[in-house]
Amino acid sequence: MTKARTPLLQVSNLTVGFQTGPGYRDVVRDVSFSVAGGETLAIVGESGSGKSVTSMALMQLLPRATSRITGRVEFQGTDLLTLDERRMERIRGDRISMIFQEPMTSLNPVMTIGAQIAESILMHRRIGRAQARAEALAMMDRVRIPSAAGRFDDYPHQFSGGMRQRVMIAAALACQPDLLIADEPTTALDVTIQAQVLDLIKELQAESGMGVIFITHDMGVVAEVADRTLVMYHGDVIEAGTTTQIFDAPSQTYTRALLSAVPRPGSMAGIDAPTPYPVFDIAEGRMSPPAERPDTLQADQPPLLEVKDLSKRFAIQSKLLKRVTARVHAVEGVNLTLRRGETLSIVGESGCGKSTTGKLITGLHPRDEGEVVIAGRKLDRVSAAERAHDIQMIFQDPYASLNPRLRVGEAITEPLRIHGTVPRAQEREIAAQLLDRVGLKAEMADRFPHEFSGGQRQRICVARALVMKPKVIVADEAVSALDVTMKTQVVNLMMDLQAEMGLGFLFISHDMAVVERISHRIAVMYLGQIVEIGPRAEIFGNPRHPYTRRLLSAVPVPDPARRNQRGAVPVTELKSPIRPPDYRRPAQHYTQVSPDHFILETGAESL
Amino acid sequence: MGWFLRRVAQSLLMLWVVISLVFLSINFVPGDPAELLLAQDGGSPDPIMVEMLREELGLNRPMLEQYTRKMGDLLQGDLGTSIVDGSPVGQEVMRRLPRTLELIGAAGILSLLIGIPAGVLSALRPRSLFSRIAALLAGTAQSIPVFVLGTLFVILFATVLGWLPAGGFTPFGRDPGRHMMLLILPAATIALGLSAIVFRITRASMLDVLPLDFIRTARAKGVPARRVIIRHALRNALMPVITVFALQLGGLLAGTVLVETVFNWPGLSGMLVAGVNARDYPVVTGVIVVVSAFYIGLNLLVDVIYGLTDPRVRK
Repeated sequence: MTKARTPLLQVSNLTVGFQTGPGYRDVVRDVSFSVAGGETLAIVGESGSGKSVTSMALMQLLPRATSRITGRVEFQGTDLLTLDERRMERIRGDRISMIFQEPMTSLNPVMTIGAQIAESILMHRRIGRAQARAEALAMMDRVRIPSAAGRFDDYPHQFSGGMRQRVMIAAALACQPDLLIADEPTTALDVTIQAQVLDLIKELQAESGMGVIFITHDMGVVAEVADRTLVMYHGDVIEAGTTTQIFDAPSQTYTRALLSAVPRPGSMAGIDAPTPYPVFDIAEGRMSPPAERPDTLQADQPPLLEVKDLSKRFAIQSKLLKRVTARVHAVEGVNLTLRRGETLSIVGESGCGKSTTGKLITGLHPRDEGEVVIAGRKLDRVSAAERAHDIQMIFQDPYASLNPRLRVGEAITEPLRIHGTVPRAQEREIAAQLLDRVGLKAEMADRFPHEFSGGQRQRICVARALVMKPKVIVADEAVSALDVTMKTQVVNLMMDLQAEMGLGFLFISHDMAVVERISHRIAVMYLGQIVEIGPRAEIFGNPRHPYTRRLLSAVPVPDPARRNQRGAVPVTELKSPIRPPDYRRPAQHYTQVSPDHFILETGAESL
Repeated sequence: MGWFLRRVAQSLLMLWVVISLVFLSINFVPGDPAELLLAQDGGSPDPIMVEMLREELGLNRPMLEQYTRKMGDLLQGDLGTSIVDGSPVGQEVMRRLPRTLELIGAAGILSLLIGIPAGVLSALRPRSLFSRIAALLAGTAQSIPVFVLGTLFVILFATVLGWLPAGGFTPFGRDPGRHMMLLILPAATIALGLSAIVFRITRASMLDVLPLDFIRTARAKGVPARRVIIRHALRNALMPVITVFALQLGGLLAGTVLVETVFNWPGLSGMLVAGVNARDYPVVTGVIVVVSAFYIGLNLLVDVIYGLTDPRVRK
């Protein structure tokens, strides 16, 4: 794929420092690379690796007063670093464009999307408004926004995340730039939407021959899009080469660690029990395979959790008369069982009802119908205080789910204090033990959450969930916000705790890689219903429901050689679970495919 | 559109509640208005006189009847007549209202012209010398009471420098030049404190908006800095400014008493004060009703502007 072409962009010895106190602290050191027209270069790394700062430095978008950029950024024969703001403005959006991670916040909420696309054109071309509008409309068609003309005057909040990212791309590509910098453009999107956006970028690149710099932390996406790859770690480029080289023969342990966390469909094939990630030691550069361990599942014990016909609807009311005009059927007739030492994952895309299911089971939301039995007792019969001994929850965002003004030791033991089960004098000791148990130091109990990294905070949340010695833990996207290395560590920790304490995990996630590692069984949810449930090997190896297949096919294949084998994902929006008030769910019929493996018989209309 | 009609209905309901509250509070205030009126010179009033006045004012009717009659009058735009001199309240209010509105309007425009640009500049360079001086001036301006400031202005610009008249009022129709000259000092007195508030809100709001992702998007599109600041940042930052500004203006409707007194400006709040002093209840009610109607109308206007600036509000 990569032919010798004159580079479009040649970056040499780029170093970026930010002012801290009297001096500068370098956050990107001595980075050199080049991109040719039609080529895609991926820059991979975790948060803090300097990958985004590099892209911002190329565009001269860092504040000039407080940052110091040295080196050369040669673009079509000009060193961009020598240009003043005015000349840089002429290049931005015209010759080099950029798209960003958060489509939800990256568009101006008070401008119509059409005006925002047309603005790019008006800034760089001497044309009238009418013509700019026509070009913007053409651009909206090119990025396949359905019925573009009718949506030109709509505002960003009227679009879904995936559609907003298409708007961003349309605005970025409106002037046919020679280089596109895409900074984590699909990270915030669901996997099927991600596949659509990646396809779109590839198609547009093939049409226009532009160069693309693709910044991401996801090796699966890298394999899918990049010709060459640059791996960054703490501000340095630690490895560079063609994507095939990087995937086939990574020279650095860190790269191998990144690769080990990528979903590789089939990589767990033939292994029945969930297996922890291999442990790697960056300092020593060694990678140790996971220890052999017996399966944690205790199939002979009575089930920890039984859920029968669980349903939840949220009414949508008319503003004035408060009449119910429709209902969101968030959870529809969900049946589950969870045994001791078992991990059952619930997977699906945003809005499928997986988080609501978790909240209904823990009793955080009242349910409309159905029955939840935890450790042999019905949820309704158990007081909230007692329930806390049976079931606990870990949430997605470790930054938002710890009280910033509470010392972590107190945060961990707060449940004990609420329930008054343990004398106060013992609290410190318990906090110390738990911190030690989750791999932190006992003396950290007196620190505040902001002194910890994301991974450490999630360990604290795990410790807090453990303090009541629960039998079941509902982990709602518990590792989704973490960097790859942190993610593997927290997953391994959870699996160790499961082996030790016989915990049952209800693991709610959209991340197929982690799900494949951690699960005994998987339930796939779509529009509030479980469409397929079965052992992990069956779901990954023999998916039967069309939605399960679509979901799995959208997961990027982490093998550059197998790129483009994934069929094009059709441009569809996720269906809405909003139904008229008189809607009655048709009876659910599950068909057994193999032992423990069931699929929902679905009419054609619901897909 | 449905959204707009709902807001209008809400406003009318609010106005009705205010009027009813005013009616009730006047009726529940201890003491008989008629008796109080006649007792102004001290001494016990003649009971026959009191009874006659009660009859005349309709105070001897049942409360519900008084209430419905009052509401009926108001619906027809009749604010009643002054007890003191028998003149129609509505006419006097309509004569004075434009003067107060003019004063507040001039002060409002002046404070926006000073406060918004200063706030934007200060947010762009929060640690510059300009920002520090502006913050200091704003603090000072907010802490000087208007009557002190007004008096200082009179001493400086009228007495010492002799550039402007010290106070008074000339109708615009009679002498436009003189009218404007007389407007400057009272308007500037109100505007100084108001511009300090506008400045602070604009600055804080801009500081919130500037680091947002869509500002970075606009810059990455090559939008020139000036346009990024005005079209993208300021438009989003203006909403809290509009809200606070409108509330302040509404408060000024009845709150310009001190300024109107210092500069001898025959506005609405002067009428309210005179009415209260003379226990001229129809005047008090009339002024309060008109002021509340304006206040509520202003709030409605803010919501409409909000809807125009931020599409997410329309729903």
